[in-house]
Amino acid sequence: MSTLPKLAVAKFASCDGCQLTLLHAEDELLAIADAVHIANFAEASSRLEPAPYDITLVEGSITTQKDRRRIVKLRSDSKYLITIGACATAGGIQALRNFADHQDFLRAVYARPDYIQSLATSTPIAAHVKVDFELRGCPIDKSQLLEVIASLLAGHRPRTSSECVCQPCKRRGTVCVVVANNQPCLGPVTQAGCGAVCPAFDRGCYGCFGPAAQPNMLGLSDRLLQPRMDRAQSARFLQTFNSYAPEFSAAGQRLWQLAGQPKPLHPSLASSPGDTHPAAVGQGKETTEE
Amino acid sequence: MPDDRRDRQRSIRVPVLTRVEGEGALLVQLRDNVLTDVQLAIYEPPRFFESFLRGRSFDEVADITARICGICPVAYQMTAVQALEAALGIEIAAPIDALRRLIYCGEWIESHSLHVHLLHAPDFFGCDSGIELAKRFPAEVNRGLRMKKFGNRLLEVLGGRAIHPVNIAVGGFYRLPRREELHSLIPDFQWGLQAAIETARWVAGLPFPDFEIPYDFVALSHPDQYAITAGQVTTSDGMRIPMTDYEQHFAEVQVPHSTSLQSRRMPQGTEYFLGPLARLNLNCEQLSPAAARLRDEVGWRRPCGNPYRGIVARAIEMVHAFEEALGLLQSYRPLGKPRSEFEVRAGEGMAVTEAPRGLIFHRYQVSSDGLIEFAKIVPPTSQNQAQIEADLRQLLPTIVHKPDKAIATECEQLIRSYDPCISCATHFLSLTIQRQ
Repeated sequence: MSTLPKLAVAKFASCDGCQLTLLHAEDELLAIADAVHIANFAEASSRLEPAPYDITLVEGSITTQKDRRRIVKLRSDSKYLITIGACATAGGIQALRNFADHQDFLRAVYARPDYIQSLATSTPIAAHVKVDFELRGCPIDKSQLLEVIASLLAGHRPRTSSECVCQPCKRRGTVCVVVANNQPCLGPVTQAGCGAVCPAFDRGCYGCFGPAAQPNMLGLSDRLLQPRMDRAQSARFLQTFNSYAPEFSAAGQRLWQLAGQPKPLHPSLASSPGDTHPAAVGQGKETTEE
Repeated sequence: MPDDRRDRQRSIRVPVLTRVEGEGALLVQLRDNVLTDVQLAIYEPPRFFESFLRGRSFDEVADITARICGICPVAYQMTAVQALEAALGIEIAAPIDALRRLIYCGEWIESHSLHVHLLHAPDFFGCDSGIELAKRFPAEVNRGLRMKKFGNRLLEVLGGRAIHPVNIAVGGFYRLPRREELHSLIPDFQWGLQAAIETARWVAGLPFPDFEIPYDFVALSHPDQYAITAGQVTTSDGMRIPMTDYEQHFAEVQVPHSTSLQSRRMPQGTEYFLGPLARLNLNCEQLSPAAARLRDEVGWRRPCGNPYRGIVARAIEMVHAFEEALGLLQSYRPLGKPRSEFEVRAGEGMAVTEAPRGLIFHRYQVSSDGLIEFAKIVPPTSQNQAQIEADLRQLLPTIVHKPDKAIATECEQLIRSYDPCISCATHFLSLTIQRQ
């Protein structure tokens, strides 16, 4: 048997794009395969070896009862569990269901409950188990993924940027789309990592990497977004791929409230009436709708 | 299962289909070595995209639908913007249309080279993965990875990034690439064209199982080009309809064992086949010159109803995509506006394009303030799913005498030849429910 560290890649509700990032490391893929033993990666290999694993990369969010049980097992099978991408770290685009009109949504979803098993919520992995490191993005960035793998192999904690998109945007030499073109942009509150790609293509950042550290959400929504778009538009802008990330969730809900279209969190996610986001994750407060 | 039947009844399960995108399983049931049931079970959790799209603005749809699939986001983006342009009455300038074909070529190259080298080719050599295959065929696999990289590079230059590009907009693009950005790719694409030719020669010589089905192929066909972004919906029995008539001839049904809907041709209710093999069977005269030469060199004959030869069709399409992309790169001049100007209005529109895995359909209703009122998306894999099950019913009686593990492997290989994208196929349940 191989003595290399064992790598597993697991998928929950997601688009496959983040695990595909590993296969998109065309120049590095074969070197990675020499440095780790790829023990369980169904998208890439038919050899599925049983646990334990040293490094488990987890893509996707928790949206079914079965997956709630599967992630607990996977955690106990893994030395390091790393979540990759907005679905795994914040519930993903499918977390929009967390704010949907509950009764309406349930009627739509469960008209055929005998066929479909699905929770009324989409929650990040860290709401269910301890996560050792989170890699943000929709999709994740390839060089950050390689940095995480290399760091773990070298035995130190991965270092990824916690600055906001504006800094790499300036370094890239892009003219500010807010100042020059009066376009709304989430760059000031969004964590860097993508390379500030959207402003370089003449459009505002739409928040793929989720909230940066200590974002000024009030300043962003009231001074930067609302002069350029109405409240509902501003709310939608904040609530797309990281809608359930705490800061985006709270700011988005405030804007929906101001727009006269309140979108409260699903009751199983709110710790008390009026809460915008659970104060702490991992409380196991979800209930099933099955 | 009752005890007294245990000796006669046999179930073969493939709990996790591997080297496919997304989560699926296979269940085969035999009684006295006679096939009683086969189910391609898709257990990928539904994500309800059509629900989320309702109430979103028309200009958010391309970014949102991209997230259905990380392997073919451009197919979703391009179909979405074209359907919305139909709804809003937007005309697209010819240079924008050319750039759209160009970025679509990038996605075909990326997706096809992934499937050919890392997912499908290992089956022909008894390897578990492309990485294992690379130990035996380093030159071939490295060549494949490099082609994939250049497909991704095109997506990055024109789309901003390879997965979930950011530059595709209703009306065109957010920003036109600078001439030197695209021209810098030319040497790589010249190399890629030759590499794809060598790959096609390599895969054409693989040993293919003797398995031939008289498929009902369905693909877009276009009078002037190998259809990618536009055309008429065409079938092997000679039907040729405008894309707006798609829903009159193809319908989705829900089956209990799958979170994906399955499509059938109507009114007869039969399965049909989409993807590179269908396109090549229906449109092989319109391949680019190098791809056409290669088609003849490797002895491609139609009709070809051997699904395992999908790998050859994919390789020939890679030659086509590299050659077409090369021409578009060489002739590119950044002239005009990045996107058409238009007024938002209420309307309904639909579009069909050719995703790497086959025909994809979108239809949207837009309100007068530009919000989505209704969305319908039919991805390729949910359309191929019924055909895959039908193929398995043909294959299984010929292999039931084999051990369970061998049967499971052969079934999985047949499924894999379709390049199924289960993530794509899964997100459409809410729609059925809305109709009821």
